[in-house]
Amino acid sequence: MQKLIKNREIKEDTWIVVSELGATDTLDLAGDVDVIVPLDYWLANQDSLTSRAGKSAVWLNSHELPASIAAHLPQLELVAVNFPAFADGRGYSIARELRVNLGYEGEIRAIGAVLRDQLFYLARCGFDAFAMREDQDLEGSLEAFNTFTDAYQVSADRPTPLFRRRAG
Amino acid sequence: MGVEPLNSYHLIQILIMYRYDNYDHQMLSDRIAQFRDQTNRFLSGTLAGDEFLPLRLQNGLYIQRLAPMLRVAIPYGMLSSTQMRKLAFISDHFDKGYAHFTTRQNVQFNWPELADVPDILEHLAEVEMHAIQTSGNCIRNTTTDQYAGATDQEIADSRPYCEIIRQWSTFHPEFAYLPRKFKIAVCGTHNDQAATQVHDIGLFIVRNDAGELGFRVIVGGGLGRTPVIGKEIRAFLPQEHLLTYLDAILRVYNREGRRDNKYKARIKILVKETSVEKFAEKVEQEWLALKDGPLTLTTQEIDRCKQYFLDPAYKELAKNSETLNAALSNDVLFASWYEQNVASHKKAGYAIVNICLKKTGIAPGDVTTEQLNFIADLADRYSFGEMRITHEQNIVFADVEKDTLFELWKALKSQDLNTDNLGLLTDMICCPGGDFCALANAKSIPIAESIQRKFDDPKLLRDIGQVSLNISGCMNACGHHHVGNIGILGVDKKGSEFYQVSLGGSVENETSLGKIVGPAFAQEEIPAVIEKIIEVFQQERQGQERFIETYNRVGMDPFKAKVYAKAD
Repeated sequence: MQKLIKNREIKEDTWIVVSELGATDTLDLAGDVDVIVPLDYWLANQDSLTSRAGKSAVWLNSHELPASIAAHLPQLELVAVNFPAFADGRGYSIARELRVNLGYEGEIRAIGAVLRDQLFYLARCGFDAFAMREDQDLEGSLEAFNTFTDAYQVSADRPTPLFRRRAG
Repeated sequence: MGVEPLNSYHLIQILIMYRYDNYDHQMLSDRIAQFRDQTNRFLSGTLAGDEFLPLRLQNGLYIQRLAPMLRVAIPYGMLSSTQMRKLAFISDHFDKGYAHFTTRQNVQFNWPELADVPDILEHLAEVEMHAIQTSGNCIRNTTTDQYAGATDQEIADSRPYCEIIRQWSTFHPEFAYLPRKFKIAVCGTHNDQAATQVHDIGLFIVRNDAGELGFRVIVGGGLGRTPVIGKEIRAFLPQEHLLTYLDAILRVYNREGRRDNKYKARIKILVKETSVEKFAEKVEQEWLALKDGPLTLTTQEIDRCKQYFLDPAYKELAKNSETLNAALSNDVLFASWYEQNVASHKKAGYAIVNICLKKTGIAPGDVTTEQLNFIADLADRYSFGEMRITHEQNIVFADVEKDTLFELWKALKSQDLNTDNLGLLTDMICCPGGDFCALANAKSIPIAESIQRKFDDPKLLRDIGQVSLNISGCMNACGHHHVGNIGILGVDKKGSEFYQVSLGGSVENETSLGKIVGPAFAQEEIPAVIEKIIEVFQQERQGQERFIETYNRVGMDPFKAKVYAKAD
């Protein structure tokens, strides 16, 4: 079983990410497997997904908008966001929109090109689970969460910007 | 790690520039530790080159043609004498005895060793300086008018807002991997000196009818391959909403800016392709979710930042200085420098002094270690230990007593720093060009020098009057050639270096982009071409018109005819 970082700990990953699956394709996995499917498939196959024994969730690619799953968020245990390249920064805004604009409180998982040196900012934007790229050292990556002791801006774990705390 | 005084002036005086508190210091030292670890992992082979690239760029480190180049941030161009001495120290110990001031009001070192960079950053941190976000696809150093707080032509001091933006943009987690770099300028003066309209975001401080302070917001300006003048998306943004609105603009850009082609990735292309009206709507829509949230500025925070930029302890002086008047009538060279390089001040008996770094034979913006130390000493003696770097690559002493101007000029003269060509043809903006930069198509510094040598008659230069000449070694336009009254762009033609000349650019309140005169010229032709352009100007000029005014009246044709006329 794959491992991932969740809430700053290394855990077993019980979910399978189905990377390519069109809206009309067939999901070719055992019914009791927990799956994370692409957006198009998710939107088109709600009935068959809910009738499976396993859990299901959706992943957004970096160009896909959180608004497209806004109505589904209450039922989603997790939303995954793909990083096609580590320097594709759209995923950071997706997480912020999910947390701030849409008030999503479930797991937001980074998948794809997820590397140690981006973890700190990803976490501040609201990601709390990280399926690291295969070559990454998970133990070493945990150190990244402690890179900075404070920050100027609002962040997922600290909703008050520094200037308001300074004033206090 | 308490707040140690930067220099003796701060012990006895009120604050006249931003000072770090323990939060700022801690974040900076965390950053250095982070970068040291990243550099070590890169050097030991556990961090791949392409993955180290954006990390080192966001710490100001480029790998250049000859050596790494480290770009150090000078937030909105303000520098204390202690900081200046530290730059001198670095130029001496880690570089070849000089530093280069840039059009982004920053400073560059062209010869450091990669392995030394974390140590250089430690040295900088001692004086509250860093190289954070001076390159890479992130929010860069915010720039402003070099006369902020000192000029009599001001709506409000822009620096407290620049500092608020600096803190918001530093380590902003959402916007570290934007489609492309992102530059913000703030203008609080009536005569824009910050090229505000050619920035990704330009903020003009304005007051509404009720007298409340806010910003007119411009987006999508920029130079580079596709020069564009920014367009207004909001006529009045109340000041407390500054950061939430910036967050909204950046989020729309981060989400929708093009990532398929690096030459179409700047916000100006998105605004153009979306239409400015549609873009403004998207921003307003996004803003709804952020407006009035925790990032809304408090009066307390705005006031706190203003406390760092109080007036220095001015003396009560007479408006006219007899010492100055005597010197002006006794020394023609001083009078000439005074006329050209000194600007009026809001406080009676004070003046703003420009130290022009455009001496013929010296690369524009270059200063030696000795000069850096010397300028720092002069700033202590004559201008409250504080100075500003301008986007024209010069240095400003913002608060000089008129009584001491002659003394200051003599001191500058002793170090060859009295060049009296501010705003004149030879006060060029020029990028490092092909001599240093890996991107450049052509050299630019030798071009600047060849023009300076052609126009070496001070009387002629004065007679020509105000004209901006900007030189870029490639279409990335670091030398701002599009907005020079005369612009020169280095281009590659079948492996040889050629130069395209444009006319009519301006970054004044009426910002305009230059038009290309015609086919490019060889390097050796350039001085004669500029001479012909100036001759046409002198023939067509009415009264005391400036170059740009004559050009706007007569248009391109007479210039074009003369420049391409067959020799008799």
